[in-house]
Amino acid sequence: MDSIISVRDLAKVYDNGFAALSGARLEIEEGEILALLGPNGAGKTTLISIICGLVTPTDGQVTVGGHDVVQDWRRARSLIGLVPQEVALEPFEKVINTVRFSRGLFGRPADPARIEQVLRQLSLWEKRNEKIMSLSGGMKRRVLIAKALAHDPQILFLDEPTAGVDVELRKEMWEVVRGLQDAGVTILLTTHYIEEAEAMADRVAVINGGRILLVEEKAALMRRMGKRQMRIELGTPVDRLPESLAAYGLERADDGAALVYTYDTAADRTGITRLLNDIQAAGLVLHDVQTRQSSLEEIFVDLVKEAS
Amino acid sequence: MNWPAILAIYRYEMARTYRTLAQSVISPVISTSLYFVVFGAAIGSRIDSVEGVAYGAFIVPGLIMLTVITQGISNASFAIYFPKFIGTIYELLSAPVSFLEIVIGYVGAAATKSLLIGLIILGTATFFVEVQILHPVAMLVFLVLTCVSFSLFGFIIGIWAQNFEQLQLVPLLIITPLVFLGGSFYSISMLPPFWQTVTLFNPVVYLISGFRWSFYGTADVGIGLSLAMIALFLGLCLGATWWIFRTGWRIKS
Ligand SMILES: Nc1ncnc2c1ncn2[C@@H]1O[C@H](COP(=O)(O)OP(=O)(O)OP(=O)(O)O)[C@@H](O)[C@H]1O
Ligand SMILES: [Mg+2]
Repeated sequence: MDSIISVRDLAKVYDNGFAALSGARLEIEEGEILALLGPNGAGKTTLISIICGLVTPTDGQVTVGGHDVVQDWRRARSLIGLVPQEVALEPFEKVINTVRFSRGLFGRPADPARIEQVLRQLSLWEKRNEKIMSLSGGMKRRVLIAKALAHDPQILFLDEPTAGVDVELRKEMWEVVRGLQDAGVTILLTTHYIEEAEAMADRVAVINGGRILLVEEKAALMRRMGKRQMRIELGTPVDRLPESLAAYGLERADDGAALVYTYDTAADRTGITRLLNDIQAAGLVLHDVQTRQSSLEEIFVDLVKEAS
Repeated sequence: MNWPAILAIYRYEMARTYRTLAQSVISPVISTSLYFVVFGAAIGSRIDSVEGVAYGAFIVPGLIMLTVITQGISNASFAIYFPKFIGTIYELLSAPVSFLEIVIGYVGAAATKSLLIGLIILGTATFFVEVQILHPVAMLVFLVLTCVSFSLFGFIIGIWAQNFEQLQLVPLLIITPLVFLGGSFYSISMLPPFWQTVTLFNPVVYLISGFRWSFYGTADVGIGLSLAMIALFLGLCLGATWWIFRTGWRIKS
């Protein structure tokens, strides 16, 4: 697949001397959902702001659809819709007017049918004539998304779109985003909700201290870094682990009512068969066995720790 | 040029004007009427005509200038300061819109608004005094140039201001005194010679003088000089805007 956005050796030093980005590289492929993860202050918003033209880069190059964001900014920006991290909306304006305005700003001719479609898609149509200040926080976020979609962008940047949004609405937004991907829109998403990246992303990029630490297929990353845990519930709790099981690195849980075994899925032998046999040999009674894959969150915490 | 974008900004700003019609139009009309009642009727009845023009009529051009200058500045400065303040400027900066297009949209709307208010005040004035316009074309040229120049100046203030105090500072501390001392309510020739000379350093004097000439054919300074001064002011504002555009001063980090 072709890169629709290509970030090369990007650096940003703010006026106060702070280096928010240094040597950041990233290729975003057409049609994918890329989740950009990183702790507070990692440089996610700075990276997005440079691509969108809000911040001037100190060094490096960014192209969007082959257009340089500094030299050929007009063409580059026409392709992008931006949903900013901070909710910034004119409080006294009506929902529909502010969405129409966004379309006009991008040089697109008025298209009431399209505006209606966008507002309906985000469940805002009933609220179209309300003033923005009368909307709830979650609805304001949806207005931001509607504004970003009003000019039919090929690329959508979502900078923490679901911060402060309840579970139901968050799931709704995921649906909208998936629908956009089906329509061919490339999406870059930042989030602190790892389950969001886990549910949505095709690929995951991890940024910390202004550097992109890794970019990888989400599934491959989970496979590579992922640890599985097996939880073995016992018929009767044990006070101490039997000597014969010492080599497995088991943890006692629930006051000895359960044992937790951690193993690597990528290894040739997981050791499960042997462990279960040894448990039986030690005279313990199995009540139940469950396995669980570690979440992206755990993977991500490990990565950031590793890099620092 | 992204004309649809310019139009979008212009329309959006004009729509704000209609929404806030009361403050935008009614308040200048009321305050002008008060000027006429106080200066025109109460005081003016005790003042002889100035340079052959009744005092009530003499102050009309100055009052219009006073209003379009302050309105142009406050409208344009607020129009661009507000998006900076609430953060909606992100949209302007991330859209395929050049700074020039942003300026045309905002300054165009602010200038249109102050022009309309100027004309409404002119209409109001005819209810109180007998107004004569000897050179209507020149009058409109002066009015439009003034609206555009000071709206542009207001736009620059709006970009420069980092809080509401600064937004009020320049209009309050510099513009209002200059306009009041610019001959709105008197002819320069009524001042002692020393103050006449000092006054010539006030650029607003040239505007009001030229504008009054287009009404009654009398002026404190030459009409060519008046035009040259307003062209110079417009040129300075354009230069400053161009520099802001080049550097992204106070809008981009
Ligand atoms: N205008 C600015 N001037 C100076 N420093 C800035 C500016 N904007 C951001 N920074 C600094 O740059 C660093 C990266 O900020 P950025 O907003 O890109 O982080 P982020 O990854 O988006 O964080 P978060 O998850 O909290 O949104 C931070 O340390 C921040 O303080
Ligand atoms: Mg951020």
